[in-house]
Amino acid sequence: MPKTSYSKPMVGATGETGSWRTFDPVVDYDECNRCRTCWLHCPEAVISLDEDGTPHTDYDYCKGCGICAQVCPKQCIEMVRTDERKRRTGEV
Amino acid sequence: MKTELMSANYAAARSVISARVEVVAAYPITPATTVPEQIALLNEDGFYTGQFIRVESEHSAIFACIGASSTGARAFTATSSNGLLLMDEGLHWAAAARLPIVINNINRSVSPSWNIHVTHDDSYSKRDTGWIQFYVSSVDELYHTIIQSFKLAEDERVLMPVMINSDGFVLSHTLSSFDYLEPEEVDKFLPPYSPPHWIMDPANPVSHGNIVFPEYYQEFRYMMHEGTQNALKVYEEVEKDYKNLFGKYFGGPIDCYKCDDAEVVFTSQGSIAAEAKDAVDELRDEGYRVGNARVRMIRPFPVDKIRELGSHVKGFASFDRGVSYGFGGPVANDIRASMYHTKYRPMIKSYIGGLGGRDMTVTDIKEVIKDTYKAVESGDLGPEETWHDLME
Repeated sequence: MPKTSYSKPMVGATGETGSWRTFDPVVDYDECNRCRTCWLHCPEAVISLDEDGTPHTDYDYCKGCGICAQVCPKQCIEMVRTDERKRRTGEV
Repeated sequence: MKTELMSANYAAARSVISARVEVVAAYPITPATTVPEQIALLNEDGFYTGQFIRVESEHSAIFACIGASSTGARAFTATSSNGLLLMDEGLHWAAAARLPIVINNINRSVSPSWNIHVTHDDSYSKRDTGWIQFYVSSVDELYHTIIQSFKLAEDERVLMPVMINSDGFVLSHTLSSFDYLEPEEVDKFLPPYSPPHWIMDPANPVSHGNIVFPEYYQEFRYMMHEGTQNALKVYEEVEKDYKNLFGKYFGGPIDCYKCDDAEVVFTSQGSIAAEAKDAVDELRDEGYRVGNARVRMIRPFPVDKIRELGSHVKGFASFDRGVSYGFGGPVANDIRASMYHTKYRPMIKSYIGGLGGRDMTVTDIKEVIKDTYKAVESGDLGPEETWHDLME
């Protein structure tokens, strides 16, 4: 072990910090106008964009802060309890 | 080497040149002020060629040193009392980040009551931060101990920061001779610092201070404990080298004087410990078999040396110029704890006094030693804690 903790830059240098989350952002893609505001404001940079601007949240690292939902001009991002989201997507 | 006549603070400022310190960040506070003031002047005149950073507080001073040390630079600061207390968060940080920063803390009473004279409460309260702690008794010892401390702190087996404590005014503002070493001379002893693990370098980025969950945190703390304990052995090597190169030796973690055949030894930290030599000499003339054990290092605590002393003396008169409120003299209690797991049971009497700069003269010290001597002779321990010269 090193004498003190440090990490080299890489995805998830400190583990899957998404496990802290209580509420997950869920985008209503029918309402979303691909404006990229959520992508711009995400403090963890875990929102990636398709070429047309469609946002996708990386749930391995999203901490569930809800900023994306707050700034969304269309108010089409809903914060949903993690287990509820997983039920909706059939993950559990 | 050349002999100079200066105050301890002026000498401390010179040690920064001798040790080729690269960054000094400091904020003025009496009685430490003349350390950074001198360094600033030496910087202006081109004698100190490192960076001198003027910061807005002691909190910033220690964090500037942390930043500097993180890049692999040798860093130093000086402070006192409330200034040291303001650094607290950074002191813990520096130790856990394993950054070999060196501080000269000029011991000053903590307020209130407002008092600029010596009490060891400021540094005693930082005992458990992880910093190695020295207490010195002369200008010469301060100057050379600072240089030695960089070698000790930067050793890979240790890699912990060091605080050298010197008594406010008694040492800080009192002129005495010391032997100055040119940086070219010190080069033989102290190579440039080369961090053995991570460094902050934009060309090879790492992040430090990241989250460590319960699975690993405890192990990092254990390694700090190990590094600090290693300091006793490493300091022995450091002192040996230093003595060979420059002929200077200050007595290891506990500097013993006439202890070999002593029945009672007086222990203390800082300038009192130098005064105590005279007290011991006078008492010897009066027929008392007493010695002086000057405690130079309180963390790591020199347990083995205490046990060796405790195996042949009948009593310790342990003097603390500071208090752990509710449990008395910190060093006295450490001596008691050190003796517990041995078969020896010398009397260990704790004395507290000299607070707020109250003078501890040879007469005072003799009184303390005689009190323990009386307890040893009568076999009656008496009070386990005595406040010396306390008004009714």
